[in-house]
Amino acid sequence: MVEDEGIRRYVAHFILWVGIAIVAFPVYIAIVASTQDNALIANGQMSLLPGGHFFEVYYQTIFVGTSGSTREPVGNMMLNSLVMALAIAIGKIAISIISAYAIVYFRFPFRMAIFWIIFITLMLPVEVRIYPTYKIVADLHMLDSYAGLALPLIASATATLLFRQFFMTVPDELLEASRIDGAGPLRFFWDTLLPLSRTNMAALFVILFILGWNQYLWPLLITTRDDMQTIQVGIRKMITTTDALTEWPIVMATAVLAMLPPVFVVVAMQKLFVRGLVETEK
Amino acid sequence: MANVTLRNVRKTYTGGFEAIKGVNVDVADGQFCVLVGPSGCGKSTLLRMVAGLETVTGGEIDIGGRVVNQVEPADRDIAMVFQNYALYPHMSVYNNMAYGLRNRGMAEAEVKTRVEEAARVLELAPMLERKPRQLSGGQRQRVAMGRAIVRQPKVFLFDEPLSNLDAKLRIAMRVEIRKLQRRLNTTSIYVTHDQLEAMTLADVLVVMNGGQVEQVGNPLAIYEKPATTFVASFIGAPPMNLMSTRTDEIKSQLGGSASEAGILGIRPEDFAITDQTPAGGVALPLMVEAIERVGAETFVYGSRAQDEQRVAATPGELPPGEVIVRIPGTEAPAIGARIRVAAVRPKLHLFSGDGRTRIEA
Repeated sequence: MVEDEGIRRYVAHFILWVGIAIVAFPVYIAIVASTQDNALIANGQMSLLPGGHFFEVYYQTIFVGTSGSTREPVGNMMLNSLVMALAIAIGKIAISIISAYAIVYFRFPFRMAIFWIIFITLMLPVEVRIYPTYKIVADLHMLDSYAGLALPLIASATATLLFRQFFMTVPDELLEASRIDGAGPLRFFWDTLLPLSRTNMAALFVILFILGWNQYLWPLLITTRDDMQTIQVGIRKMITTTDALTEWPIVMATAVLAMLPPVFVVVAMQKLFVRGLVETEK
Repeated sequence: MANVTLRNVRKTYTGGFEAIKGVNVDVADGQFCVLVGPSGCGKSTLLRMVAGLETVTGGEIDIGGRVVNQVEPADRDIAMVFQNYALYPHMSVYNNMAYGLRNRGMAEAEVKTRVEEAARVLELAPMLERKPRQLSGGQRQRVAMGRAIVRQPKVFLFDEPLSNLDAKLRIAMRVEIRKLQRRLNTTSIYVTHDQLEAMTLADVLVVMNGGQVEQVGNPLAIYEKPATTFVASFIGAPPMNLMSTRTDEIKSQLGGSASEAGILGIRPEDFAITDQTPAGGVALPLMVEAIERVGAETFVYGSRAQDEQRVAATPGELPPGEVIVRIPGTEAPAIGARIRVAAVRPKLHLFSGDGRTRIEA
């Protein structure tokens, strides 16, 4: 019986290790490839061990870019992506927490109608409304700008609904106690509701940051200038080159760099993230 | 320091439901007023109207000589203790108590003095830096009390503050609340559904039912002379025995105008097991059906064969024909025994047939 358990455990661990290997191998390849000489990769002689070009490849990637016509330092692309992802994540949280506050705590005409309108936008992601959205952004002269990158993606039904659900679980007595304690609507929001929503906000931030960071279609459409490129669009452009060898080490280095901020955000906010998903502080 | 006066207060919800149907109550300065009644009787609604958390749709609420119908809760100079305490979960005990003071722009030094004084009184001093979730139920309850007393308001409002505590702690806190209120001498209104809590705490007891006041007065006076059969069966445990006066058995014993009253009430402790019939009193033959021994006293549940007639329906009412008798000690007749119980005339309560009026015989 005991041996049986042991064998079972080894089998289970073996399966898990296989799974990890399948997931991790491409990442490993990307890291290895980003440290090798391009000619070697082009010849199909890439080693599975790290090469010796780590510093020069990453230096070139971050500060110079590929040698092709659309040369743009990846550092700049990362900055663009970072600004966009932060603006989307923070903007979404800010807007949706305020609208959820209005919908849950205030009685005003057409409250439910407005709630349903927000709800319906769940069914209209950017891809569906891309033409009208593009038209509006273009008419507002926001093409090739951070505002154009982030603003159309900020309004969020999901986050509003999430905050609404959370607010509805906050006992009414807290609001009443605040009213007796002389806190007006803004104070109650700032002093009580925001601190209570902290873990929810952290969880949302992680999800929304990654969502924003991974945007591809929208930035591709509205940015034409190279210096406004985001990293996801940039990688794609690096791969398709005309009349030249794809500079795989640089492409791979870019891919590795593109992974870092989401990884950092997840690791940094993991504790809060998990708490926000599983428990409500009450 | 203030008196609270409710003048013909009404609450009608938009759907047309009348939660409070014209309540008049006068709580003098420094008095402890308890609103008691079954759930849904409107007692909490009434308290929340005094707090300003519910709008008043009719009548006037007067706190310290000022009609406060349109005044915001924060400006009414009241403090409230909620059933679930409603502590701010993310704030320390200290900040929970200080929050209301800081919102009023009080200087930090004064805030500190007041919070520390309250913490000392409530024995919360060692836990000022803890968060509410690190406290036990009784400690949270005390923090909620502390939040109320640091404000030094004109009126304390308590909304069933003890109902989330276990029985032992509830009794201890009940005494503490009473002592605290005596010392601070602050007018208080306290809502509960527990008649024992109501009896022990109140200077003025307000018994409510169906959005109306059934009786107002000193708790013992209410116990001695309940104005309606509702009050008779709600105040006192076990409830008063109520029976129709129309049966021959009782009619003949009461005699005269008393027999026309409609409903006769006798408290369980006013019966004695005896073969004699006191002059002008009432004696009933009973068959013993159940015995409850609780130590100092024993409850005998007996049935009257003759009386199948149901009297006014009120909560806590006994099944028709059943009579509870309370006797001291643990001596009790055997189950199935036939006994005779009697009560003397001054202990009889007479009510009109609908139970709405007390008749003094």
